[in-house]
Order: sequence, then C-alpha cells, then structure tokens
Amino acid sequence: MTTSTLNHVAYVLRGNLVTAAAAAGTALLIAVAILGPWITPYDPIASNVSIALQPPSFAHWAGTDQLGRDIASRIIAATRLDLLIAASAVSLSFVVGALIGSLCGYHGGRVDRWIGRVVDILMAFPLFVLAMAMVAALGNRVENIIYATALINLPFYIRFARAEVNVRRNLGWVEAARASGNSHFQVVTHFLLPNILPAMAVQISLNLGWAILNAAGLSFIGLGVQPPTPEWGIMVAEGARHITTGKWWLVAFPGLALMLAVLCFNLLGDGLRDILDPRMRT
Amino acid sequence: MTGEATINAAPLLEIENLDVTFATRAGPIDAVRGVSLAVARGEILGIVGESGSGKSVTALAIMRLLDRAGRITGGSIRFRGIDITKLGTTDLRNLRGAALAMIFQNPRSCLNPIRTVGDQIADTLRAHRPLSRSAAKARALDLLAGVLIREPEKRISAYPHELSGGMCQRVMMAMAMACEPDLLIADEPTTGLDVTTQKAVMDQLAALVRERGMAMMLITHDLGLAAQYCDRVAVMQQGLVVETAAPAVVFSAPSHPYTRRLVAASPTPTSTVASLSAEGTAESRAAHPHDINSGNPKGVIPGLVPGTHGAAAEVSAIVAPWVPAINAGMTPVELDQRGTLLVPLTPPPLMTVANLVMRYDRDITAVAGVSFDIGAGESVGLVGESGSGKSTIARIVCRLIDPTTGTIRFDGADIGAMPASTFHKATQRADIQIVFQDPGDSLNPRFSAFDSIADPLRRLKGLRDGMALRTRVLECATRCGLGPELIARFPHQLSGGQRARVGIARAIATQPKLLILDEPTAALDVSVQAIILQLLDRLRREQGMAYLFVSHDLNVIRMMCERTIVLKQGAIVEQGQSAVLFTAPTDPYTQGLIAAIPHFEPGSATPPSAGRRRLG
Repeated sequence: MTTSTLNHVAYVLRGNLVTAAAAAGTALLIAVAILGPWITPYDPIASNVSIALQPPSFAHWAGTDQLGRDIASRIIAATRLDLLIAASAVSLSFVVGALIGSLCGYHGGRVDRWIGRVVDILMAFPLFVLAMAMVAALGNRVENIIYATALINLPFYIRFARAEVNVRRNLGWVEAARASGNSHFQVVTHFLLPNILPAMAVQISLNLGWAILNAAGLSFIGLGVQPPTPEWGIMVAEGARHITTGKWWLVAFPGLALMLAVLCFNLLGDGLRDILDPRMRT
Repeated sequence: MTGEATINAAPLLEIENLDVTFATRAGPIDAVRGVSLAVARGEILGIVGESGSGKSVTALAIMRLLDRAGRITGGSIRFRGIDITKLGTTDLRNLRGAALAMIFQNPRSCLNPIRTVGDQIADTLRAHRPLSRSAAKARALDLLAGVLIREPEKRISAYPHELSGGMCQRVMMAMAMACEPDLLIADEPTTGLDVTTQKAVMDQLAALVRERGMAMMLITHDLGLAAQYCDRVAVMQQGLVVETAAPAVVFSAPSHPYTRRLVAASPTPTSTVASLSAEGTAESRAAHPHDINSGNPKGVIPGLVPGTHGAAAEVSAIVAPWVPAINAGMTPVELDQRGTLLVPLTPPPLMTVANLVMRYDRDITAVAGVSFDIGAGESVGLVGESGSGKSTIARIVCRLIDPTTGTIRFDGADIGAMPASTFHKATQRADIQIVFQDPGDSLNPRFSAFDSIADPLRRLKGLRDGMALRTRVLECATRCGLGPELIARFPHQLSGGQRARVGIARAIATQPKLLILDEPTAALDVSVQAIILQLLDRLRREQGMAYLFVSHDLNVIRMMCERTIVLKQGAIVEQGQSAVLFTAPTDPYTQGLIAAIPHFEPGSATPPSAGRRRLG
C-alpha cells in the first residue's frame, strides 16, 4: 500500500518535470522553515550599523540592510512565519469553506441561496481592503492576519466546494451511501468531501501562494507583522526606500524568496491533484 | 462514375488486416488485431461483440476519428477503392459527412445544445455543398420529414433538449443522411432508447438504407438487433473478428466458442436463468425459475381457514393494517353476517404499497396512484419504458425519497410515515437495501471494495473495524463471487462485472428482507449479465430475500420474477404472474412492449423475418 503510493507519486513526478521541480522547491521551503533558527549564518535581528547597507559579499551573500542585519539570515528566519501564516489561513478557509460549500451544494434550497448571496456580497468588496480593515480593527497580531487572510479566501472555497458537490450529489454512490445508513452529514463528510479533495488541492495550492502575498502585502503597508520581526513583506517594504539609491539587494532577495514560494505553490497544484486522485493510479 | 466497373464490383468498403494500437501508461495495447471486413453496396453488416472487443475502435478507424493515443499501425481501409489510412486531412474532411457518415450512441450528447436542430442539419449540408441558407433549410425540412419526425415545420426550430431521445436520434439520422453518404456507420444507435422507440428507429434506418442503396455498418451488443436487421454479422472478441456469416447461421449454428457463449448468454423469450451460460449449467439447479413459487405459497394455507368468530376477529385485527391492499387487488374480502371481516389466511405481505403518488414541481406527475404488494421471499418485476416512473417507485419504496402521498407498510411498520431524511436511523433500513443501475457510478471512487461492503455494516450493524467486520465482509464478497484478492481494489481497478458484484455484496451485507434492484445489469455486457442474474437468483434462494426487480428488459424480468407489474406513465397498466403475463398479455401497451423486443431464435434455421430483406 505505502510502496504503491510512493510509486504513484514517483510516477506523477517523473511524468511532469515542472511538478517535480515545484515539489522540490516546496520541500526546500518547508525544510528551511523547520530548520530556520539553526541554519541562519547570523542573528536575524542583531543590528550592527557599522556594516549597514553592504552589497552582497562572501560574508553576507545577500548583503546587509539599513541596520546592518544580514539579509540572508533574515530571509531564512522569515520563511517559517510566512509559511505558517499562509498554511494556517489556507487550512482555516479550506476547512470552513469546504464544509459550508459542500453542505450548500448537497442540500440546496433556501440556506444555499442565502449563503450564496452572502458570498456574492463578500466577493464584491475589494478583498485586500477588507483584510486591511479587519487587521486594523482587530489589531496587528499574527492571528488576526491569519483570520483576515482566511476570510477573504473563504468565498472561493465555498463556491468551489459547492459546485464540485453539486455535480456529484445525484450520483449513484451518494444514494448508495444513504441506503447504507449514512446520515446526510456523513454523506457530505465521508463521501463527498474526500471526492472533491483532489480538485480542491489545486485551489489550496494556488491559494497558499496567494496567502503569502496577502500576508506580505499587509506587512508591506504596515498592517501586518511588526518590525524587527523578519518577514518577507516588511523586508521588501523597508528596502523599498533604498531602491532609488541603487541598493537593490534589500528588495531583490526577499522579493525573490516571495516569488519562488508563490511560484512553487502555484506549480504544485496540478501534480497534487494527480497524486491525490486514486483513479489516476493503475 | 463511368468506367469504374472494377470498383463497382469490389465491395464499397474493404478492410484488410487492420491493426489499431493505443498508447497507454501500461504500454501499447492492440485494440484491433488484423481485422478484415467488407461491406457491399446495399448491405447491412452487423458487428457484434462486448465492450473492449474493438468494434467501436474499428468504426472510428474507418472515420479516422481515433483519438490521439490510438494509431492505425497496419493494414488498409479501402473505401471506393481509395485507402483511407493514407488520406490527408482535407480529403478526409470531404469524405466525412458526405460519403461516410456516422451515428453515435448517445444522440443528445452529440447534438449541439445551443443550436436548433434545423440549423445543425443545414450546417452539415452547407459544409459539403454550395447551398444558400434558405435552400439548406428547405432541404433540412425534407430530411426531417424523411426520418418521420412529426410536424417537421415545428421541430426544425427546436433545440435538442426539447426533443425526446428517440427524436434526437432521428435528427442524428437526418444529419447523417444529409449528404446522401454511401456508407453509414451506426455505433449502438439505439442503446438508451426504449424498445418501442428502438424498433421504430431501427425499422426506419433499415428502410432508408435499402431505399437509397447505401451500405450500413451496425455496431451493437444486442444479438437480437443484429439478427433482425443485418444481412451479415461479424462477431468480434478482443480485437479479432472470430466469425462472419449470415445472422441465421451465426446464431443458430455458431462455430466459434465465443459466439456460442454470447448466444447462450443473450436472454431470449424462452431462456431461463440457468440456461444463460454454458458454465452456469453445471452448477445450476434443475429447478425452473418459475418453480420458486412452490417454495412460497401465496394463497390459502390449508387447515387454517377461520371458522369461529373469535378467530376471525383476531385475524381482522392482524390484517387490518394491510386491508387496503386486499381491497385494491388480490384477494376478495368477505364479511359474515355479523360484519366481521373474514379473509382467507394468507401470510401478510412483506411490503404493501398503496396509492403512491409522486408529483414534482410544475405539476409533473411521475407516479400516479400505484398500489402493489410484495410477499416475503417473492420476486416482483417492475417494467416500463423511460418516464414510466419505475425508478422513482424503487427509490420511494427504498425510502431514499419521499412520495407526495401514499402509504408504504413494511413488515408491520408504516415506513411511509418516516421521512426519508431520517430513515437511515430506522431499524428497517438494514432490511431494505438496493442495488443500483450503473455499478461504476454507484461505488464511491475513493472507497476500496472492502470499504464499500463494510460501510452498511459499520453504519447499520454497528460493527467496528476488526476481525468480525473483516470476516463478514469477506463472507459477503465470497458469496457474490469476489475473491479476497479483489477486496482491496478501488472501483476503477475492477471490471464492470466485479463492480456489480461489489454493489450486490454491499446490498446483501445487512441481510435485508427486501432487495430492490434498479436495472442492476443494464450497464453490463450480456455474458456478465448472465452471470450476475444467476448470482442474484442464487442469492435469493439462499437468503430468502424478496426482490423488487426494476428493468426495461422484459426478457430479464420474465426470467427473474414470479410476478410482473407493467407501468406506463406512472400508473399500473397490467400485473400478474410472469408466466401468464408474458405469454398472454391483455393490455395493448404490454403487447406492444413484448412485440418490440428484437429477438433471434437460436436453434431455428429460419431467419427472423421482421424488417429484413435478403440481399440480391
């Protein structure tokens, strides 16, 4: 069983080199996030003004920032926080959204219509502004960034799960599940949700990249993580002031990390769907 | 066409040693292996075989419509003397539609849903001929009239969804006929249509082919259909043509073992469950299916006729709940002088359905006041064409959906009063189980066979994971002929017949008293159907279950059921013992249904005459 799963993963990755590269990149990101404190060459928040704004060199291969902090160390240290925010926000919106969406899609009727309208209203807001408002109102804390990011992703999950469940609700195995003694709720949680998971994996993966950008964006405008905590968005925001004077490395390296993370998650999606779908196995 | 005498003498289509290979993850698969066939002008060639035999692939190869994974790797297809396999895309496009036309299996999905049928026929015409818009429209009208569509002036501006399945298939026929092709390939043209519609469509198709001197390749899994309409039949198995001959020869004296198996497995008006397969006869009982009746007496039990008033009163108290059924149907109710109810003492039916009505929005009535009962251990068939409400009744009786009105009594309890949404908690849930139509569609793709069979045991019998559950699942699987090596597989890793077995094992896992079978074999090949029917017949004897067998296939119902109910537009038109009903139907609707079944008579040398004309 386990070997067949591994074989299947290997098969999917072999057949799709882009997915394999994305998987490798994601694995690297996760490894960095876990090992962060032990692999940073310097203390990410220790400032030393005497070496401020130094270009990349052998000692500081991503240069130093305006307070003389090692940018490479700060990028590494920030990985954990950024991934944590993105993963928590996406999990939250996935769990809540998939549940609400699939219940709506399965039952239909008046509740479905009402929730559908609420989702429409939510989506009519400029979502980033909504997140800004939430964080501003609730306070600049990491959990509030997570809640805000989760909330603005929620409508997509609700709609997606609703549509995916809707096309399956009349299939034979749903009726068979009822005849086997499952309640409506069990049909949704034990039968329908696992079946829409492969399709949702794509959405989750795309959303992870988006959530990272969102968290970084909030930090960038000062509504997110507060300095001196290393975070990619803040680093870009702080470095932006120096870009006009040719100090490109302050923005370029955290920006690159951000871009790579988003790219990896986006490319991973399709491969993830193939891996999660038992029908793709022989 | 002058000076082409040699070509006219040669067959219209000549396939020689055709090989088609599909590239798959598991390596190349030879779907068609060295097939040689010929079709002459004015001839109807039948290609019969089961799924995976390569019959559709052959047709697609002729049209050069194979998908990208499939390639013609050898042989030639000569049409009017030209090798189609070597043609470029432009030549092919000129050929398709104009000289070669194809009718597909599911007419509705082959028509563009957002264009009127008239426009679609006109499109085909204008793609091959320089016709003005109005001329194409006028021609489309002629074509629709030619395929006997009533009120063609009205239908020409109809959208596919506004037409019935049979009507859509006629539109497809009109489209295929539009440019007067020389060869028409019909790939299962009537699968999914009712028997009466099938007869009308096929009669017409055959007539059109004859009267225009075209040739037709009829691809079908239905031997009866092939026997009735084809001049010659080619039998395919696993990419090979195993036998080609006139239908009378093929079906009365099949020379290849596969053909013999196929002929044996096809239900005929005289076949029995036991006779369906050569393999089955060894283990089959001597008992004729209709003899099951003797094990389940329906009528007066000797010596128990109520004599005293006291006994009669008791009886009335017992029978009171199912009195409506008695009034509605089977047994006369007597009252003695004191007004006490006297009934012949029959065992109370297992299920009594009375005045069942199902009405949907916009006043669509699916079921219009249906009453019947099912005795314990009895097998009752429900037949009717699409839209007759038979599947709706099956679902209501299974308590998956709620009827608008009506009562359902099961085993002494009024289960009709329990809403379907909470019926999974009822104790009767385990007693009424259902086997669904499409075995592929009715299994959760993410459940292994084990999980599918274990699900009702976990939910309804409260079994936890462990030895007891495992033993019971394996026992059910074995009983249904599923080996332990298959139990860990997912549905997509199982064949159609194996999936059907999983579906049946799941349904019998809780040892139900009533098993509802909703077209359990409609999606299966005949040889698999034969095995599944034998399995179902055996299970019923072993477990003493009652069956409500829903099917459009009258031969299957006749074999499987002691009693048959014929439905038409949600109402019962006729019911009675199968043996009587099928030999002497009284209602014209039933008579029409029975007459429309295409059949062949294995063993008789005379070819069936209906709708056919010999070549030459």
